[in-house]
Formats: sequence, C-alpha cells, structure tokens
Amino acid sequence: MKFKIIAVLLSFIGIMAYSCQSEEKIEFMRYYSSGQELYKSHCQNCHGQNGEGLAALIPPLTDAAYLKQNRSQLACYVKNGLKLPILVNGKAYNGQMPPATLAPVEIAQVLTYVQNSFGNKAGLHNVDQVNTELGKCE
Amino acid sequence: MRLFNISIIGLLFLVACGNNKSADKTLPIYGEREPVTKTIDGKTVTDTVYHTIPEFKFVNQYGAEVTEKSLDNDIYVADFFFTTCPSICPIMHRNMLTVYQEFKNTPDVKILSHTIDPNHDSVAVLKKYADNLGITGNSWWFLQGPKETTYKLAESYLVSVAEDKNAAGGLVHAGYFILVDKQKRIRGTYDGTKPEDTQKLIADIKTLQAEYKNNKTI
Ligand code: HEC
Repeated sequence: MKFKIIAVLLSFIGIMAYSCQSEEKIEFMRYYSSGQELYKSHCQNCHGQNGEGLAALIPPLTDAAYLKQNRSQLACYVKNGLKLPILVNGKAYNGQMPPATLAPVEIAQVLTYVQNSFGNKAGLHNVDQVNTELGKCE
Repeated sequence: MRLFNISIIGLLFLVACGNNKSADKTLPIYGEREPVTKTIDGKTVTDTVYHTIPEFKFVNQYGAEVTEKSLDNDIYVADFFFTTCPSICPIMHRNMLTVYQEFKNTPDVKILSHTIDPNHDSVAVLKKYADNLGITGNSWWFLQGPKETTYKLAESYLVSVAEDKNAAGGLVHAGYFILVDKQKRIRGTYDGTKPEDTQKLIADIKTLQAEYKNNKTI
C-alpha cells in the first residue's frame, strides 16, 4: 500500500517535470517543424537537402563554429541576402545569396531548423531575438 | 460493357508494348520522323529520317569554339541555365555533377550547358562558375553565344518535350536534361531537378554506350 502511494506520487512528480520541460520543447518543435518546411521551399535548392551546399558555389550549413560566431548576423543574411567573401568549413566562398521574402517569425523558424540540423545543435532562435537582430543589420 | 472489354484489351496491349521496349534494351528515338523513299540500284527503299540537332557554333568556358562537329563521336547531355539563376539551376547542376563524376573519364560522353543569359555570363564568368563547381578538362562545357541562337537551338532540343506548348518560353527554364546520341538524335529527356531522373539518365547513357558497343544503332 505504502509502495503504491509512493509510486503514484513519483509518477505525478514525473509528469509535472515532464510537462514543464515539454512546454519549452513544444515551442522548439513548433519552430523546428515550420522551419523545416520553409527550408525546403526557400533554401534547399541551393544549400541542399542535407545542408551540403554545392561545391565552391554555395557554402554548406554544416559549420557549427561559423554559425555560432555569426549567430546574431544570420537573420540579416537571410533577410537582406549575403554578398561577402566568407570562410566556411575552412573553404573560401564569394557567391551571392539573394534576399528571402520571409517574415521575422519565419526567419526565426528557418534559422532554428538550420541551427539544429546537419549536425548543428544550437537550440531555439526565437522571433524576439530575430527582431532585435534585424534592427541592427548593417 | 463491350466497350469496356475493348478498352481493357487496349490497355493490355499498351502494357505489353511498354514491357517490350525495356526488354530489348535500346532507347527510343524522339522527335518527328519522316519516311524518305529513295531509289538505290533500281530498287525503291524507304528510310526513316529522324529529327537531329542542327549545326551550331558556341564558345566554351576556355574561350574555344565548339560546333556540332566537336561532338561527332560523342554521346552528350545538354541543358540550359544561367549562372545567377536563384531557383532550379543549383539543383540541376548538383544533379548534373553526379553525371559528370560518373563519366568524366569516358572520352565519348560529354555535357553541354548553354547559358541563356549571355550578357552576364561571359566566358570569364562561365570559367569561374565551372571552376567553382570543380569542373576540369573537356567533358563538361559551359557554352556561350547570342541569346537568339541559344533559344533557337533549345527549341530543336526540346521538340521532344514540347508537348505542352503552353510552356513555350518557359521550356528553356524547365530544367530538362536532354540525351543526344552520336547521330545527334534525341534519345531521352529527364527532369534535371530530380535525383531519380538523373539516375535514369546515367543508366540510359550506359544503355546507349552498350548499343554502340554491340553495333545496334549504327
Ligand atoms: C540562390 C541560392 C541560395 C538560396 C536560395 C539560399 N542561399 Fe544561403 N547562401 C547562398 C550563397 C551563394 C551563400 C554565400 C554568400 C557569400 O559567399 O557571400 C550563402 C550563405 C548562407 C549562410 C552563411 C554561410 C554558411 O554557409 O553558413 C547562411 C547561414 C545561409 N546562406 C542560410 C540560408 C537560408 C536559411 C536560406 C533560406 C531562407 C538560404 N540560405 C537560401 C546561396 C543561397
């Protein structure tokens, strides 16, 4: 009997902890799965299904260090395009990425997807962060 | 009811024909064809004349002239693109790269990519594009010439896919890969944006190579 009560209590605590954690997790999953669709329709043609890029024409999205270092710039790159010599995975690229017509929340979603796929694991990049970053684009 | 039966029989025939084609392993020949009656040694002979790719003259990424004669002993794949194309061209050339990798050491298989934006895509721009794709040697040429010439040639390549005529101008942008044999006849068209179609193209090139090896087509 005592054992049963403890078991019920434990599982109750378990559920509480789980649902707290999962609220964050649900938000992340929402961003991630919308981001996946946006990636397919807006980025995959160039960057590839697995973020592999295309030879020396289009850089891969697999350089976690590059993405981390430029995290606060990524939203600007997506919104305004990118046309600078850059170094990704130790290789030089000097191509031209066109601006994407995406709303800030969509930029946040696609960036969350990119930064948590292809071997990257940088967590949620939410719309508030994106709005702040877009306000500071050069 | 009877009509139903007939259509079933018709369907069966269709299926049977389809099967036959793949069984004897030669590729179809596309485009318009005309029977031509000639008199040879007093006898009347009927020949079929197939649609072939007409003469052309372009410049490749090395600045060298390329004409239809440059391809006299080659099987080749043609496509149309431009270097600044933001939509399907990167997909097409990601796929074409697998064709290149497969045949780059096979001297009688070539790839021709025609730019449809010659104003921007100069020889120098095409060379840089080719370099960035990692293309060396002479198995994949990026060709530049007057826009009208390229569009006219495109029409000739695309007769076989021109069924949907509504797409006319759009055809050039539609991302087709066209397989041409050593007699300059069209032997296949593929959706260059699809990896599965690209695999079929690679398989078909091998079938065509085998046809020449077994002297079936000449
Ligand atoms: C038309 C092709 C094209 C499309 C579409 C495209 N990109 Fe890019 N992207 C590029 C090129 C080319 C560069 C490199 C630009 C340079 O060299 O300055 C680049 C660079 C980047 C970079 C920085 C370098 C790196 O590899 O990490 C990121 C991040 C990026 N793109 C993300 C995206 C996202 C997200 C999308 C979709 C919203 C997208 N791109 C759509 C071509 C494209």
